[in-house]
Amino acid sequence: MSVHRDRQPTGFVADTISFSSVDGPGNRFVVFLQGCNFDCLACHNPQTIPGHGPVAGFHPQHTAVEELLHSIRRAAPFVSGITVSGGEATQQPEFLHALFAAVKADRDLGHLSCFVDSNGSCDLRVWDDLMPVMDGAMIDLKCLDPQIHQRTTGMDNGPVLASIRHLQDLGLLYEVRLLLIAGVNDETGLLQRTGEWLADVDQSMRVKIIGFRAHGARKSSLPLIEPSRDALNAAAETLRSVAPFDICVV
Amino acid sequence: MDGAELQSLATEVVRDATLGYDQKIRRLAALATDAVAYPDLSPACREALDKRIICDMFEGNAPYTPRYVLPDYERAFRQGLTFLELAPPADLDDALAFLQIMYAHVPSVTTYPVYLGDLDKLLERFVTDDISDDQLDRKLRRFWIGIDRMQPDAFAHLDLGPHDSRITRSIFRVERSLRQAVPNITLKVDPETTPDDLVLDGVRTVFETGKPHFVNHPMMVGDHGEHYAAVSCYNSLKIGGGAHTLVRLNLKEAALAHVGSSDEFLATTLTKYVELTAELGEARTRSLVEDQRFFETHWLATEGLVDIDRFSAMFGVFGLAECVNLLMAHDGRDRGGEARYGHDAGADALAVRLIDRVAELVAARPMPYCEGGNGRSYLHSQGGIDIDDAVTAGTRIPVGDEPAMLDHIGTCAPLHHYFDAGVSDIFHVDETAVRNPEAVVDIIRGAFTSGMRDFTFNLDGNEFVRITGYLVRKSDLATIADDGMVRHTSDQLAAGSEDAYHLTERAVKRVGCHERAPR
Repeated sequence: MSVHRDRQPTGFVADTISFSSVDGPGNRFVVFLQGCNFDCLACHNPQTIPGHGPVAGFHPQHTAVEELLHSIRRAAPFVSGITVSGGEATQQPEFLHALFAAVKADRDLGHLSCFVDSNGSCDLRVWDDLMPVMDGAMIDLKCLDPQIHQRTTGMDNGPVLASIRHLQDLGLLYEVRLLLIAGVNDETGLLQRTGEWLADVDQSMRVKIIGFRAHGARKSSLPLIEPSRDALNAAAETLRSVAPFDICVV
Repeated sequence: MDGAELQSLATEVVRDATLGYDQKIRRLAALATDAVAYPDLSPACREALDKRIICDMFEGNAPYTPRYVLPDYERAFRQGLTFLELAPPADLDDALAFLQIMYAHVPSVTTYPVYLGDLDKLLERFVTDDISDDQLDRKLRRFWIGIDRMQPDAFAHLDLGPHDSRITRSIFRVERSLRQAVPNITLKVDPETTPDDLVLDGVRTVFETGKPHFVNHPMMVGDHGEHYAAVSCYNSLKIGGGAHTLVRLNLKEAALAHVGSSDEFLATTLTKYVELTAELGEARTRSLVEDQRFFETHWLATEGLVDIDRFSAMFGVFGLAECVNLLMAHDGRDRGGEARYGHDAGADALAVRLIDRVAELVAARPMPYCEGGNGRSYLHSQGGIDIDDAVTAGTRIPVGDEPAMLDHIGTCAPLHHYFDAGVSDIFHVDETAVRNPEAVVDIIRGAFTSGMRDFTFNLDGNEFVRITGYLVRKSDLATIADDGMVRHTSDQLAAGSEDAYHLTERAVKRVGCHERAPR
């Protein structure tokens, strides 16, 4: 994949928020890109999935890097950095690169860290290209089991696992997120195996366990049930029994 | 007040089942002060006071103590106290006992001290290496319980920072474990010298107890010099000094009394009411100094622990939001209520013009006995009192109408530098921040870079609720609603404010996103 560093591509942006405490270290300015190659049943922002065409009630915008920099400048004194989320951020790799490069090159913004929140499905070369301008990535691992992953996301998890390993090798893996749906991907044996796989990548990995929340999600053929607090804590215990992960339960 | 009215009010107080014994004594004393003659006022000033366009905070007709007294505890430690027959403290236990005794004798309008000292600076020299953290925590814990039980008033306020110290860390630990409404606390933050880790510890303490407030130390030093403190409810004043009185101008009522454009308001109505407010402040200050002769008679003054030259009067404003919105309508620019304070650049710009004009007028109005303010009143954005109804505190955006936090700060920050005697805006953060307190540290640092003087936030779902600037426990408010008796006098004021303002319904400021509702 070639990345054109001379021109400034526009991004297809679903929305931005100035302050977020749940998208990486410190307070962050977050850009949500429109369009995702996954079709997760549990997606809580399903309006950001379509990559083009109108989305009823929502107004994704083609946005120039400079336009975003203007908004980021306003928030800059209050944030540790920016995070690009989605949708799927890596579906627009040229824009992602251009935005990060512009932030890093800007006199007033250069100190901000640049993070990506991703489903991890992209070609590994996207991470290689981003490496000079990116500070970290948060990757969602929907499920270690390929069949369950296929059923809940419509996609193979091979590239996701490869991304996690590759980002760790590049020193760019900030956090892996496990979104648990009761009765779907929270079985103890499965979590045990997930822990073993993650520990093989990094024993002290930051792992965020997120309980599925029905709010915002679409109707689904598979029954989607919110896991109890106890179930989430039990999942954390299962992982902790495998390796000394840095675990946060949300 | 005639004799019959006094009798009836006093009867009400003595029979009030929700008031404790001490609280009854204090109410009766306040009634007696209201029974003596008010200082002489011009008819226009009296009329504005009666209409509550200007307000004396119900301090009583004959002020016999300054409203806010900030004793120089440092000097007291050095020289000891003649009146109270206390020698300079030799160790930490001495120092804590010294303070506890002195607190019982520091006057204020609430009868409880509004300033308890910059405790880190006062006590750090006594924290020797042979005192372990655990021992230190136990000593301070005992002292803390003493403050809450003996000065049961959330306006009792102490200061910490900007430097790190074992005392500050211990106080934060004790605060988190005790979870008391009293004392109120300010952490002075100097972006250059205060370590992130100390601010972070402060933020974690807010998650538990709603305290401390964070103040912009360099801005405060610029206005008052190094020896300042934040006391009571966002009142920044000089240590060894204070404020004789606080009078306040209700900008909403002033706008309601005005006919014409905002330009005319600035030129005529506002000018008139600023002068009437200043007249009220001058009359009350003269009464305190000349008639009651506080500074000639009180031991704090005669022993040099307060100096009249470090005092001024406070000129407060409130109801800016309603004032701006009314004037936007007068100007035909309000777009049916859309273009209002906190939500429109034109409205926000008018707010700055208004406060700039007030500051200009106050700076041009000489005041007697106000050397602390170079012969002028201090300007203060007044955070409201229990009887305020349908008018917004100080220069805040109305509760429930606050925009997203960055816009909120954008509206308020340009006003903060005007208010040398304090200003406050209260932000709510949702519970996601508990797992990422660094996010709040980022915001605090940004707030100070943006020129805010004070940053105060509440965590959603906390047991504590901030009323005008002080804290109460929700469980205590519930007790009052059930006609029960509570220890803290500030709780009773809070119950009034909560009824009038629904402060606990303040709009939640998102710092998190992941669960986004469709727009």
